[in-house]
Amino acid sequence: MIKFLWLIPMFPLLAAALSALAKQRQRKWAAGLAIGSMLLALALSLCAFGAALRGAGGDGVTRQVFNFPWFKFAEIQLSLGWVLDPLTAVMLVMVCFVGLLIFIYSVGYMAHDENFTRFFCFLSLFAAAMLGLVLSNSLLLFFMCWELVGLTSYLLIGFWYHKPSASAAAKKAFITTRIGDLAFLLGIAWLYSQTGTLLFYDAGKGCLEQSAMSLLVTRTTAIGLTASTGISLLLFCGAVGKSGQVPLHVWLPDAMEGPTPVSALIHAATMVAAGVFLVARVYPLFASSMLGIDGATTALTVVTWVGSITAVFAATIATAQSDLKRILAYSTVSQLGFMMMGLGMGGVAVGMFHLITHAFFKALLFLGAGSVIHGCHEEQDVRCLGGLRRFMPVTFATYAIGMLALSGFPLLFSGFWSKDEILHAAHHWSSSAWPFYLGLFGALLTAFYMTRQVFYVFFGNCRLALGRTTGSEQRMVAHAGLPATQHPRVELPPDPHESPSLMVGPLIILAIFSIVLGFFGTPAWPWFQAFLDGVPAQLSMARLFESSVLSVMGLSTAVVFLGLGLGWWMYGRKPDALNEGPDALEVIWPNLFELLRRKYFVDEIYEWAVVGLHARWALACDWLDRWVWNGAVQLCSLAVVGVAWADRFFDEYIINGGFDQACRRLRGGGGLLSRLQDGRVQNYLRIIGIALTVLALILIWGCRAA
Amino acid sequence: MSIFIILAALTVAGAVSALSLRNLVHCALALTVAFVGLAGLYLQLGAQFVGFAQILVYIGAVAILVVFAILLTRGSEPPRQPIFSPGWLGGAVVAAVVFSLLTGMVLSSEAVTREIPPLPQATVASLGEGFMTRYILPLEVLGLLLTAALIGAVIIALKEPRESP
Amino acid sequence: MTPLHAYLVLSALLFSIGLAGALIRRNAIIVLIGIELMLNAANLNFIAFWRFGPNPQALTGIVFAIFSIAVAAAEAAVGLALIISIYRHYQTANVDEINSMKD
Repeated sequence: MIKFLWLIPMFPLLAAALSALAKQRQRKWAAGLAIGSMLLALALSLCAFGAALRGAGGDGVTRQVFNFPWFKFAEIQLSLGWVLDPLTAVMLVMVCFVGLLIFIYSVGYMAHDENFTRFFCFLSLFAAAMLGLVLSNSLLLFFMCWELVGLTSYLLIGFWYHKPSASAAAKKAFITTRIGDLAFLLGIAWLYSQTGTLLFYDAGKGCLEQSAMSLLVTRTTAIGLTASTGISLLLFCGAVGKSGQVPLHVWLPDAMEGPTPVSALIHAATMVAAGVFLVARVYPLFASSMLGIDGATTALTVVTWVGSITAVFAATIATAQSDLKRILAYSTVSQLGFMMMGLGMGGVAVGMFHLITHAFFKALLFLGAGSVIHGCHEEQDVRCLGGLRRFMPVTFATYAIGMLALSGFPLLFSGFWSKDEILHAAHHWSSSAWPFYLGLFGALLTAFYMTRQVFYVFFGNCRLALGRTTGSEQRMVAHAGLPATQHPRVELPPDPHESPSLMVGPLIILAIFSIVLGFFGTPAWPWFQAFLDGVPAQLSMARLFESSVLSVMGLSTAVVFLGLGLGWWMYGRKPDALNEGPDALEVIWPNLFELLRRKYFVDEIYEWAVVGLHARWALACDWLDRWVWNGAVQLCSLAVVGVAWADRFFDEYIINGGFDQACRRLRGGGGLLSRLQDGRVQNYLRIIGIALTVLALILIWGCRAA
Repeated sequence: MSIFIILAALTVAGAVSALSLRNLVHCALALTVAFVGLAGLYLQLGAQFVGFAQILVYIGAVAILVVFAILLTRGSEPPRQPIFSPGWLGGAVVAAVVFSLLTGMVLSSEAVTREIPPLPQATVASLGEGFMTRYILPLEVLGLLLTAALIGAVIIALKEPRESP
Repeated sequence: MTPLHAYLVLSALLFSIGLAGALIRRNAIIVLIGIELMLNAANLNFIAFWRFGPNPQALTGIVFAIFSIAVAAAEAAVGLALIISIYRHYQTANVDEINSMKD
């Protein structure tokens, strides 16, 4: 099986290449290629999953590896390879399955878009890169696919590039993740320099295997960190960028400028999960410390704290957003924080379980939002939606299932079980109890804002008929008490309609899985965790009723109901009241609401500090270049010009002039002298007389003196 | 002494007028007067032969020749243009300087203040004897010179043959 | 002022008058006259020195004077012939108009 693993990303890659050559009009070809390649990839992934299952019984090899040398110079050889272990298998199946559903959905969603072919080309390219990332055994191949998914994310966010906001968002995404990638690359370089290999598993020589680990644990840097901690932190920076953790989360909400299937696939289910996957993949590195596999190592502590802060930070912002997709985007950031918490405190299985369940219900929520947007003719502001329950019942039902799964409604929905695992691990974390409280608060907020969103969108009156006005205008119109039909300048859009079955089908399938998947990871039957750890899973209901497990379950249930209740109380009791007046939360805490709505002004701070600093530095450099370097050059040239001018002056007036003057004087002198010879004998005679006289005088005086 | 003064004054007057008169014939005649004065001075000094030779040659030949030349060059009418050439001042200065030089030398020399020897007998016979014995070479050279001058003068003054038209 | 002095000063005066005339007058014949005068002054010088000199017996002074007279006559003849010839060529006897020697 391992020999054919490379085919899994190869099919979408071929589809992307062929779609790139296709013309705009050949839509069916592009869509068919993409979906067909994903089907093949899914089939192969299921085979791989089966192979991994066979090996997970504890008797077979849990990990198959295939490495090959890529290129060598001098004695250095870089190798690439792929690995098939339980982690890879579940990710492969998830990516292929969710991807396939989203592809099918996109056929319906993008049907009216003229760049249909380009969209599917990019989507296939993304699928290929993501699958390559998942099954790579070499950190180098991992990084290459990491960058490729970043590239396709940029291409797809800026898909409607003629919208300035879309192209700005694409640039922001790329540049923000780049900052994380820089640290990532430093980590790779450090790892390579310490261990000499970038392969994860290589029959004992790989960098995640025992010999390399012990080497990294013993090496320390100047500030007291072990090499393993340092490398882990650097690699984690890459994950912070890609998975939108707190300092580098700013790109994710803006990435909602892309089409909704893109938001669903890339920015909810798969790409942003790549950061979490990275931490899971190199978990042995994170978890190693001088004391052996303890769990409370420095790297994992950092991961936990970053995750917890992100979870609460993003959840608070989400409560004050009014854009349908932005609420979901901040929700994604918050849930990624939860995943990081799970990885940090509970290990690979806990984090990955939440990742898998989140992929399904978040994709469901996004596709549902896309259905709403499509049905309401591109309206995205929740204050302009409402009462869609009647118009889009299937969408409402599946969306409700997704919302309850995300909130963590007890027992029935997968979100409850996966979040519970995280809270359970937080409760038992030895370092501090704060992540536990933050997790509970995050769960409360999640339930609250999702309830708020559902009530805004699906309940109450349909505010769509009030026209495409801004929220304040809409409220003004509503205050005036006029019936909508009498308002002269408002256009009446047609009524919202349910989406076609091509879009609704995937919704239903995802909803089913959102419910079913949860049962694979309950404490009673921890199949998922066991699969990842490579041990057989045992069913035992007794574990469900252990005191620690039960207490945490009860606490989380209470919190969830509290959140749902608060949401219902503030937004659900009088759904018609949503028409008029400001947001209910705004009434209670106007200042806080404004702060949350403006996303804690993080974007503004970054603009002022980072971008502004850069701009000021560029201005300074420009001034330097223009006046100092340029001035010096100009001075030099002026000096040279001056020298040249002086030279010319000298040449023209002194040398030339002197020469001319000398010649003129010579001619004059010659003229003068020529007058001596005038042919007049008497003059000659006079001269002779004078000369003779002088001679005689000289002789006489000479004689006299003597 | 007084004869000397008279003769000297005559000579100088004749010389000055020979060189400052307008009419060229008058100049030639004044020159003749100067020659006469000089002949008188020679006689006064006791060189009779030279004196008479002066009258014969200079007055009888040279002065006549000068008159002939003046007449042949249409110099008989007094010229209307100025008689002094431009740059005459230089010539005057030179002459003055020369005169002052010579006079100064003469008057300041001691070789001149010797006692005067007695008058010698400068008869023609002794002159002839001298010419034939002691001064024979100058005599012969003189003859040659005169011959050459004669021939030369004739050739030079000959009218050039005119080309037939 | 011995007689010799007087004769010498007279000779110098005649000489300078003749020189002045030769250098000042425009007519060529007058120039020649001046030259004749200079020669005569030299003759007078010779005779004076013969008479008041140390050895009048040698008659050197007289011979020289005769020589000088003869030469002067020959020179006057040739000179005047030249002047006549020039007069025929240039139609003038003025020395400052005869300047073809300037080239």
